Amino acid sequence: MADQLLHQQSDDAPLATSKQRDAVERAKGSIPEATGTQITARAVTINRPVAEVYAHFRDFANFPGFMENVERIDVFDQRRSHWVVKAPAGGTVEWDARITEEEENRLLAWTSEEGAEVPNSGRVEFHDAGARGTVLVATILYDPPGGVIGKVIAKMFQREPAIQARRDLRRLKQLLETGEIATPAMNRKQFEEMGL
Amino acid sequence: MKAIAWHGKHDVRVDTVDDPGIVNPRDCIIKVTSTAICGSDLHLYDGYIPTMQSGDILGHEFMGEVVEVGPKSTLQKGQRVVVPFTISCGSCYHCGKHQYSACDNGLPADNQDIAQELYGQPMAGLFGYSHMTGGYAGGQAEYVRVPFSDVGPIVIPDGVEDDKVLFLSDILPTGWMAAENADIEPGDTVAVWGCGPVGLFAVQSAFLMGAERVIAIDHFPNRLALAKRFGAETINFEETAVYEALMVMTGGIGPDAVIDSVGLEAHGFYVDNVLDQIKASTFLGTDRAHANRQAIIACRKGGRVSMPAVYGGFVDKWPLGAFMEKGLTLKTGQTHVQHYMPALLQAILEGKIDTEFLISHRMPLSEGPKGYKMFHDEQNDVTKIVLKPGLD
Repeated sequence: MADQLLHQQSDDAPLATSKQRDAVERAKGSIPEATGTQITARAVTINRPVAEVYAHFRDFANFPGFMENVERIDVFDQRRSHWVVKAPAGGTVEWDARITEEEENRLLAWTSEEGAEVPNSGRVEFHDAGARGTVLVATILYDPPGGVIGKVIAKMFQREPAIQARRDLRRLKQLLETGEIATPAMNRKQFEEMGL
Repeated sequence: MKAIAWHGKHDVRVDTVDDPGIVNPRDCIIKVTSTAICGSDLHLYDGYIPTMQSGDILGHEFMGEVVEVGPKSTLQKGQRVVVPFTISCGSCYHCGKHQYSACDNGLPADNQDIAQELYGQPMAGLFGYSHMTGGYAGGQAEYVRVPFSDVGPIVIPDGVEDDKVLFLSDILPTGWMAAENADIEPGDTVAVWGCGPVGLFAVQSAFLMGAERVIAIDHFPNRLALAKRFGAETINFEETAVYEALMVMTGGIGPDAVIDSVGLEAHGFYVDNVLDQIKASTFLGTDRAHANRQAIIACRKGGRVSMPAVYGGFVDKWPLGAFMEKGLTLKTGQTHVQHYMPALLQAILEGKIDTEFLISHRMPLSEGPKGYKMFHDEQNDVTKIVLKPGLD
């Protein structure tokens, strides 16, 4: 039994923060139809009601508004969409994604379809945090483009999914809390040069 | 427009750059009428703060006239405003608690990485103070873009001169918060290290909060004289052994509260300071913290340590044992400027706080580089330089 080869976890910490080598395998247990060999997790507290945060996140057409590398998402229907994402050193990677689990104001899980250039899957949980708003916890499994070397290169160009995820979640928080995304650009011209 | 830009250690220049414009809905554009050089700008000038880039526009103490507003700004063209040096959103959890300098959203998402790595969590953005604090262009310029203009700038009534209210942007609230963080009780003796602008405002604030005695420590006679003018007793650390003097002056007890308004570039020839200088110049440590160590050793048992001074990185030989054994309390942080501005504006208008005494020099913006050199080289005579773009 494969399960018996896995370590027993002796604490309550999120699996994505585990130092054990089999954490990715174990984390897959919580993600339906999991695919991907790297794991990243990130939590952000957004000072808005959970229904508002969920609604904004559920509409994938909103993603290019706070995800720097997402060029475009074509939404086919309630479950299926097509993602066009900037790759390191120019070019794009594309894949089809499918929602595997959904519970309004609570949970959204997805996986990329067979043949994706960057196979990925994950889950996003939404928790009502009372006076502090909403806690959003994202756990993402992914295969970095071009394996380990691809990950290093991607990191150099700051398009590594783990880096991107933490920055994108900060932008989502800014957008929902302040109505805009903070930028040091002095004027529109600089803003166009800098990007999101 | 013309702006004062950083190009390296001891190298600031007047550059001609593009005018700023509205980028986000809550922005406004200010035409700067007065902007000061801050003591903490000297840390940039001396190359102590990492993540500066050649061409960065300096300045975080400024005021001026609103000339353009975004659709969600609450300001109106023509209003005169003082702008806080912290860029805070007013909408996040921390801003809700008036912890404005801990704002979650003032820093652009990408710039938050460095601060998160270094400090555990990112802080608010700052104007003109390196890319770690956002990479925002500063106010030592003819014009500035001010984000979140609906929560930051405070409107100044007509007829009140710039020089009276300019310091609401940073050093007055910083000195006030320093005294507040010292939890002063009536009858207390408070010792203040550093009689720069923040220290001098801390002296005034401490008395207003009920301190019976304030002892001010510095080595510039002119600055000590200013502290004396507000009722402080003084110690010149070049002539006097500070700890010994404080112990005698407080009847062997030590000051009830100590305020470190010196920070990471402490002066003086002391063993620990010399070690720090060697380490800082070889990148083994970053901050020179002599004043802070001395304050902790001098503070009375169970006393309070307030630290408005700027520290950026790491120190060692910090007297953690004395701190613990004596049961001291430390309060610190970048100033929550927006929280203090309205009451302090009122205090200025009512004549309770003197601000203009501090200004030793006024000059055109184009003389900014000269101003930096003077402020750096002649700290006895130069207490505060205010640049006036209108004088050019």
